[in-house]
Amino acid sequence: MNVVELDRATIGIGVHSVLSDVSFAIGPGEFIGVLGPNGAGKTTLMRAILGLLPPSTGMLHVFGRAPLRGDRAIGYLPQVRTVLPDLRVRGLDFIASSLHGERWGLPSLAAADRRMIEQTLDSVDARDLARRPLSDMSGGERQRLLLAQALIGSPKLLLLDEPLISLDARHQEVAIDVVRKVCRERGITVLFSAHELNQLLGTLDRVLYLGNGQAVLGTVDEVVTAPVLSRLFGTDISVVRADGHIFVMSRGRDVERVEHVHEHGHDHGHDGHERHH
Amino acid sequence: MVTITVMMATSVITDMFQYEFMNNAFAAAGIVAVVSGIVGYFLVTRGQTFAGHALSHIGFAGATGAGLIGLAPLWGLLGFTLAAGIVMGILSERISNRDVAIGVVLSLALGFGLLFLHYYTSFATQATAILFGNVLAVDHEMIATLAVLGLITLVALGAIMRPLIFASLQPELAEAKGVPLRFVSTAFLAIVALAVSECAQIVGVLLVFTLMVGPPAAAQRVTTGLWSGLALAALLALAEAWLGLTLAYYSDWPVSFCIACLSALGYFAALSTRALRARAVASEPV
Repeated sequence: MNVVELDRATIGIGVHSVLSDVSFAIGPGEFIGVLGPNGAGKTTLMRAILGLLPPSTGMLHVFGRAPLRGDRAIGYLPQVRTVLPDLRVRGLDFIASSLHGERWGLPSLAAADRRMIEQTLDSVDARDLARRPLSDMSGGERQRLLLAQALIGSPKLLLLDEPLISLDARHQEVAIDVVRKVCRERGITVLFSAHELNQLLGTLDRVLYLGNGQAVLGTVDEVVTAPVLSRLFGTDISVVRADGHIFVMSRGRDVERVEHVHEHGHDHGHDGHERHH
Repeated sequence: MVTITVMMATSVITDMFQYEFMNNAFAAAGIVAVVSGIVGYFLVTRGQTFAGHALSHIGFAGATGAGLIGLAPLWGLLGFTLAAGIVMGILSERISNRDVAIGVVLSLALGFGLLFLHYYTSFATQATAILFGNVLAVDHEMIATLAVLGLITLVALGAIMRPLIFASLQPELAEAKGVPLRFVSTAFLAIVALAVSECAQIVGVLLVFTLMVGPPAAAQRVTTGLWSGLALAALLALAEAWLGLTLAYYSDWPVSFCIACLSALGYFAALSTRALRARAVASEPV
């Protein structure tokens, strides 16, 4: 059974459709790198899989049925838009808040839940984060905490929305390694959205490239080609392979790199490029 | 020497409880401080302190408007803040997190408050009481009302606390897990409206920050646990309110001024201990 399956699905926000007439199927245990320019629909797709955004036409199935809001079999790491710098909440309480957080009444933490949180933190080598307030954590530590949270309850599908953003090159590699290790061990299907392909090359099974309202799923060799990407970006794209890396260029400029730097406004290194120099 | 000091202190404290208005003030301030500290804790966590401030200003128009039609200011305050809180909650994404929109609405509300005062001139003497509080004029009936309102506020908060915390810390994930974000934020703002109305009876609409933001913000500086933070916020608010009353009794300064000073003092003291605590927290057991 396919874990995620879209058949001629159109998904949008209001009247604006972000993905139109999209079809693809993701099987169990696959590690899918989700790529594409800003606004291509990476977050929209994940929200649709979570049941927050029903397709306007076509079919979207998760685990063989229509998406179920609050499905416990899905672990989700949302794109961190605002990191409250002043959040004086301990890591343990932060994760605890998400456990049965949809129930009414006073919060409580059963001993079993506490053990489960600690075990999950252990599995991503982050036990020490339980007692530290979020405001004192580095970006890498905070991301690791969120990853641990997404893994709680043994999900079968993990949606990671830009988990590498705000991490430096070393922490990016560590994060990818942790996800790969845990998900391979447990056979979890992963949708991992990112700005840059190169870091994921050794890890992903297939690439889901989004752009121009379309989606193409396939192996790197099938998808990351000049004709396919030119169609998705709506402009002439050339794909340059060098030294085990792949560079997606538009008029001589690295598309992924330009996008990324533009979004953050500051230039922190990407190991793919650094190694290349 | 010590005995004499203790005796003097005891007589100084018992002295003020000879007066019924002081007893009433302590009771009313006590109820309101605990409610304000606890509700304020979530206001600070959610970064919505400005929305709380706006609600109290809107309440000013309600309080003066109530005077116009012959009602007690509290009911006007309650009606306006509650309505405004619910509207802000429903429009949440568009309004409640936009400083400019809130600023415009709260100025408009203050303007209306002024207009109501203008047409009900005999009420003008009470304007100061609404703006800066008049806890020394509280009677038994008001204490009973505050107690009931306080209870309703805390029970309602208790009912939504779990999803409220989840939605405050991680709105995207909470939405994905099935938390009705809009309902939770609307219910919370209604709860804040109740707390603001109560708080304004003690320190006035302009100074609700002193009990609703100062103590919880200070508490969050020195503790990271939820329950310890809530308890400390309530305790700090209570201490500041009661100490402020005591200070006012002996100095003859306005009560709200004393509470405002203590609130600021508490906050800045907590800020300065932060560096110290940061080191201690790392060695604290979970």
